[in-house]
Amino acid sequence: MTELALLLGQAFNGLSVASILLLAALGLALSFGLMGVINMAHGELLMMGGYLTYVVLLVLPHGIGYPVGMIAAFLGTALFGAVLEVSLIRHLYGRPLDTLLATWGVSLVMQQGARSIFGPIGDEVTAPSWLTGSLTVSGGPLAGFDLPFVRLFIIALSAAVLAIIVALIMRTRMGLLVQAVHQDREMAEALGINTRFVDLVVFAIGSGVAGLAGSALALIAPVTPTVGQSYIVYAFLVVILGGLGSLLGTSLAALLVGLFSAGCQIVTSVSTSDVLLLLFVIAFIQIRPRGIVSISSRSLEGS
Amino acid sequence: MRRAEIAAYAVGLALLLFAPLYVGAYNLSLLGRFLAMGILAMGISLVWGNGGILPLGQGLFFGLGAYAVAIHLKLAALGPGEIPDFMQWNGLQSLPWWWIPFKSGLFALIAALVLPTAVAAGLAWLLFHRRVGGVYFAIITQALVLAATTFIISQQPYTGGFNGLTDFDKGFGFTLADQRTQTGLYFVIVAIVVLTFVAMRWLLDAQFGKLLRAIRDGENRVRFLGYDPAPFKVAAFAIGALLAGMAGALFTLNIGVISPAMIGVMPSIEMVIWVAVGGRESLAGAVMGTLLVNFGKDKISSAFPEAWLYVIGALFVLAVTALPDGLGGLLALFRQPQRDESRKTLVMPRVVSITGDGDETSED
Repeated sequence: MTELALLLGQAFNGLSVASILLLAALGLALSFGLMGVINMAHGELLMMGGYLTYVVLLVLPHGIGYPVGMIAAFLGTALFGAVLEVSLIRHLYGRPLDTLLATWGVSLVMQQGARSIFGPIGDEVTAPSWLTGSLTVSGGPLAGFDLPFVRLFIIALSAAVLAIIVALIMRTRMGLLVQAVHQDREMAEALGINTRFVDLVVFAIGSGVAGLAGSALALIAPVTPTVGQSYIVYAFLVVILGGLGSLLGTSLAALLVGLFSAGCQIVTSVSTSDVLLLLFVIAFIQIRPRGIVSISSRSLEGS
Repeated sequence: MRRAEIAAYAVGLALLLFAPLYVGAYNLSLLGRFLAMGILAMGISLVWGNGGILPLGQGLFFGLGAYAVAIHLKLAALGPGEIPDFMQWNGLQSLPWWWIPFKSGLFALIAALVLPTAVAAGLAWLLFHRRVGGVYFAIITQALVLAATTFIISQQPYTGGFNGLTDFDKGFGFTLADQRTQTGLYFVIVAIVVLTFVAMRWLLDAQFGKLLRAIRDGENRVRFLGYDPAPFKVAAFAIGALLAGMAGALFTLNIGVISPAMIGVMPSIEMVIWVAVGGRESLAGAVMGTLLVNFGKDKISSAFPEAWLYVIGALFVLAVTALPDGLGGLLALFRQPQRDESRKTLVMPRVVSITGDGDETSED
């Protein structure tokens, strides 16, 4: 394998990690930007999406099973997210730190629940035949450069999800309401917008996207009860880096984190790159405390 | 009310002091361990309950204190010229340079207190002076403890990796396994708990504590009054870390092992729930919550290992939804008339001066 191929391969790995982080962080960023709450059970929604896909594939044949599994993962986790919002998060409005603790409690129950149902060992979701294999460059200066279809699929998926969410926010009436609540909740309320309903819809969609992320993740690694935990702290860092719920910021931050980790891993080990990543985030916050994209506001409290 | 409070503390202290008479060796060891963690919990009560800063990475500071002592104990068990067993297995020929000063017990004890305080102060200063707080700060502390534990695990030749440090024999001139040493250690822990409690109580009643609560309730208002909140928050966080380091040192002496699994993300957030159960603003509540949750964990997870995560998960949810002031808040419900009394004195300041009771900060 040539130097260039190695470097490009690592860049591709970074992009692939970034696309998963983006899927995992999108829902978090949406609800954080809108409601100021961090859902610590977001990682478990990922896990739930993975298991939903797994269950669907137990029933349906493989060709169509996976797309159906993805849809089931989206709908199932969206529904669960909606229930979570109505039963718990709504009641803790204005107490973001308490929401954090309560949703952590939910995440523990979900983890143990998954362990009781599916057992502690991972369940494999095999990729459908149209996703196996890879693009490989066999000759020239890029010999050995390898692009697995599964990774390409996940990159495309996260790009598509991002595009759909942007379109929903920019082009639909619901999106207009979301923007209004995001910019000025009280004024939106005064104009008769049902802000609680907007919160609910955004939270449910964010949860659904987490489910999709879990479904995509299941193609790469076995689904385990703790799969969410391994991604979620990075997703949080992406949200912090990106700025208060800005989609552009979140996307840029996911890219930054993905490429930074991949870049570090050329020279050091995975664990050292974790430490470096955290130092990088703290250093970055020194320069831009509100993240990459910060919304300037004249309000003193809150955003 | 005040007399009743003093009586309650006296009974509590008596119960602790005479515990060796009525509690078996195993439970006494547990009690000592959980009391040591209670020191850390008082720190969380200061930082979170009174300062409004949610620390999700106290395990890191706890771990720094614990590892400092553990390194000393590991070295104390060696003959001259030997190196610890796990270093031999990992092919090291000689002690890493940074292990050498820990041969001195005094150095290890000082490091167990200074290291966590310094790391916490540095981190808090970097973040608070840039006005990074709230959820951001909580997440960063959690990421920090995650990074620290992965780092410790990856540096197996120097840290003992996933297994941590164990097999201690002697330390600070005592044989650790000896029952008399353990009983003595129990009394040392009780003494430190009492001292910490008194010191924290003083700190919280002083100007510092009042400002801290003011910052928690309205940071910008405090700013408008001419104070810079950052140094107060940094100081609170550093004191919290100091207490965590102290707890870690005592914990290691008590249990005889320290590993990354005991200081990671999960234990760190569990530490917050001890305080939430007891009542986040109250020091005594923090200690009692720690004892309650940990004894509960010990009994439940030995009887039904599956159930523990359900129980603690439910505790998290209940503690913030139904009981935001913890068990202390539950008790306060039965004292409602006195609360109204204090409200009256707030409306009519003259009454305060006549009764001479100007203490408006009731902790519990």
